[in-house]
Amino acid sequence: MLESFDAVLLARIQFAFTVSFHFLFPAFTIGLASYLAVLNALWLWTKEHRYLDLFRYWVKIFALAFAMGVVSGIVMSYQFGTNWSVFSDKAGPVIGAPMAYEVLSAFFLEAGFLGVMLFGRDRVGPTLHMIACAAVAGGTCLSAFWILSVNSWMHTPAGFSIDPETGQFLPEDFWQVIFNPSFPYRLMHTVTAAYLTTAFIVGGVGAWHLLRQRHRGDEITPATRTMFSMAMWMAVCVAPVQIYLGDLHGLNTLEHQPAKVMAMEGHYESHEDGAPLYLFGIPNDAEQRLDYAVGIPKLSSLILKHDLNAPLAGLDTIPDEDQPPVFIVFWAFRVMVAIGFAMLGLGAWSLWARWRGRLYDWPALHRAAVVMGPSGLIAVLAGWITTEVGRQPFTVYGHLRTIDSAAPLAAPAVAASLIAFIVIYFAVFGAGTFYIMRLMSRAPSSQEPRLKDATGGPTRAAGITPAPQHARQHPEHVQPGE
Amino acid sequence: MSFDLTFIWAFLIAFAVLVYVILDGFDLGLGILFATERERGDRDIIMNTVAPVWDGNETWLVLGGGGLLAAFPLAYALILPALYAPLIAMLLALIFRGVAFEFRWRTTRWRGVWDIAFIGGSTMASFAQGVALGALLQGIEIDQTGRAYAGGWWDWLTPFSITVGLGVVVGYMLLGATWLVMKTGGELQDRMRTRAWFYGIATVGFIIVVSLWTPFLQEGYYARWFSGWGIPLAGLVGLSVIALALLMFRALHVHRHDYWPFFLALAMFALCFVGLGVSMFPYIVPVEVTIWEAAAPRNAQVFMLIGASILIPIILAYTAYAYWVFRGKIDADTGYH
Ligand code: HDD
Ligand code: HEM
Ligand code: HEM
Repeated sequence: MLESFDAVLLARIQFAFTVSFHFLFPAFTIGLASYLAVLNALWLWTKEHRYLDLFRYWVKIFALAFAMGVVSGIVMSYQFGTNWSVFSDKAGPVIGAPMAYEVLSAFFLEAGFLGVMLFGRDRVGPTLHMIACAAVAGGTCLSAFWILSVNSWMHTPAGFSIDPETGQFLPEDFWQVIFNPSFPYRLMHTVTAAYLTTAFIVGGVGAWHLLRQRHRGDEITPATRTMFSMAMWMAVCVAPVQIYLGDLHGLNTLEHQPAKVMAMEGHYESHEDGAPLYLFGIPNDAEQRLDYAVGIPKLSSLILKHDLNAPLAGLDTIPDEDQPPVFIVFWAFRVMVAIGFAMLGLGAWSLWARWRGRLYDWPALHRAAVVMGPSGLIAVLAGWITTEVGRQPFTVYGHLRTIDSAAPLAAPAVAASLIAFIVIYFAVFGAGTFYIMRLMSRAPSSQEPRLKDATGGPTRAAGITPAPQHARQHPEHVQPGE
Repeated sequence: MSFDLTFIWAFLIAFAVLVYVILDGFDLGLGILFATERERGDRDIIMNTVAPVWDGNETWLVLGGGGLLAAFPLAYALILPALYAPLIAMLLALIFRGVAFEFRWRTTRWRGVWDIAFIGGSTMASFAQGVALGALLQGIEIDQTGRAYAGGWWDWLTPFSITVGLGVVVGYMLLGATWLVMKTGGELQDRMRTRAWFYGIATVGFIIVVSLWTPFLQEGYYARWFSGWGIPLAGLVGLSVIALALLMFRALHVHRHDYWPFFLALAMFALCFVGLGVSMFPYIVPVEVTIWEAAAPRNAQVFMLIGASILIPIILAYTAYAYWVFRGKIDADTGYH
């Protein structure tokens, strides 16, 4: 028994590790694909060169991030079977179909048009190239649609029955399966999160170059300004929406997975007459209480029930074996919410700076934006950890336990693969992140090289150094379709 | 044998795997051939012949896996744990070769490292795919409930699975070499033309060895091939493979065609795949679970079939379009990167 538990624990760590890594890339590329499509459209429409420069600047970064998203995603689609075979056997009849739709409608679309988007501008002309950009952006959103539907079904299963003989979940109504109760909220909150994540990365890079160009006394390029300004508009508009959507999502969770909300709020005990909102505390599962709690009286009831004195049940009403681990859920949730409000704050600050005409000329603001650059990635992971750990001890909430979902693997096999994943992911994706950062550390120039030139195409092999080569390959005059 | 929905789905999954083997087969073959082409410029050209399309090629692998989960969840749950080690090795190898497409253009100092990642990843992925196929063919141990893998985590490792692994590596090299004959010119093309010879002969050799070995792995295969319709069918498949191989050699060296060798090599692969299907049918986990036992419920099959019959033709159309956009020979000046 102990042995099988070990294999399950290792499999959980492996899944959490690989999916967290995977998700970092889509969180960035979903937003970036849309951003690139917008930039390309603006370039075609206004013919202002800075949009083309920005497109060329970010498309190189996109190509790297996308490749890493793809290879880490393929691992995920096989890991359901290799490590969670019982889950796959039982839930496959229900979740298999939406996942197959994801491949057919989203992955092929992205992959099919990616080549045209990256390399095809000269070959297909501006209209088809624009269509390719839009197809890739649409594909990433479709991918989020299907996979989040599957994931939401695991949280709030609907539209199925259970085969008494095999224990398989059988689909009864695919409409209900796909549009299960938590899906709309999760979809909106997560896609918005991806847009915010991208906005803050773009804004952080823009701010970094504003600071650097100012520090060196260089002229601030139009592309840099545009990048920072667009990102800050996104922050202003989207951060409040995200907080509102998060609130809706939480209310939905309260309805369907109350134990998760209790863990998020640190409510071990029930409150008859208005529950406090704990800002700080050390969850103590063994004693079932929140140590060193600091809270604001009655605020939790106000947020969750819109009534100061509404009673709220606590984990004392949930059997021990159905409780999620509180510590991780409680703190991951606080990290996400704190970042959400920090994003709102930065957005407000930028609005104030814009109003005073100091958007490009306020180093403190730019420093804050640099610090906040990667905050979206952290918030996204924190949010997912809240969600997924809060679903424990189930994989299909209320129906299939995690301990009963795992594949019959020997612990040493899983341990070996886990170590291999950890070593290889850090090495490979570490290198990729380094290359991305190196691209970001260069300011977008007003003659931004194309992907194929910048990357040292085959011609560089002929012993020509990159600098003169760039000059040679860059006719100053650029056609819109180029 | 009835031509019901389950049969259609088995056909579709087999189709996805075949398209994968063909498309990613030549990609991976190029990765293996990277090892023999030391020239920087040649390596750049080789990689650029597939840079715009490799991602789409690999997506067929996702469809094979995802489709198996959707249409035959039980088979997915039995096969994947049984092939744990080769599959994890394949996934990790695909990471290396996938990122190499982007990373090697981002660095001068480390380019050699990503070249090795490309070679090693492609070789390992090909070998692991062959081993997985061999391990599946030789059979998987299943517990008495019939719903869980019961073997150990080294069961996949046998002389047979290793042989199939090597066969797939060589076969992919043949696909890669003939692809380059089609897509390149000059010295690189000449070298590939010569080499395709050797890879072709080696591939045919492996096909013969594996085909003779397979009937003796399981009673079921033996009975299938050496009774009734089996013998003429086996003869037909065997003769056609030989005929295709001869045509390919003629196209390569006598007529010095650019396109035909590649397509004939593809046809050879497709034919072997048909032979494989004949061996396995109607089992999806030989010889324990049939496609009907592993099938998803009917309403799920119908729901997916609606999507598949609309989307697969569209996918094939725009995939063909992408190949068309990037058609023609690649030389040192048409780098996509
Ligand atoms: C940029 C990212 C980001 C930001 C700033 C926020 N969130 Fe979030 N949140 C996510 C990104 C995210 C996510 C990654 O998209 C999650 C994980 C799973 C999901 O559905 O969305 C999530 C989950 C999630 C859940 C869990 C729902 C469940 O498991 O059923 C709740 C209750 C909230 N969020 C609420 C909030 C609130 C009140 C926020 C603002 C103050 C907030 N989120 C900011
Ligand atoms: C993309 C962002 C995601 C992140 C960061 C994430 C994170 C996690 C974490 C941390 C766990 C471990 C929970 C624990 O064991 O305590 C987990 C488990 C799991 N999640 Fe997710 N998840 C993500 C998306 C998904 C999606 C989209 C699905 C389904 C399609 C999914 C399915 C699962 C499964 C099957 C497990 C394994 C069983 C388990 O340990 O709970 N996850 N995930
Ligand atoms: C919230 C969770 C997830 C989202 C939003 C998401 C989204 C995406 C996106 C947008 C891509 C395209 C490549 C990229 O931009 O990086 C991608 C790739 C991929 N994802 Fe995820 N994913 C999630 C979780 C998962 C999980 C749990 C699986 C496992 C079933 C998975 C399987 C894949 C696969 C197989 C690919 C490669 C597709 C290709 O070849 O083009 N994803 N994912």
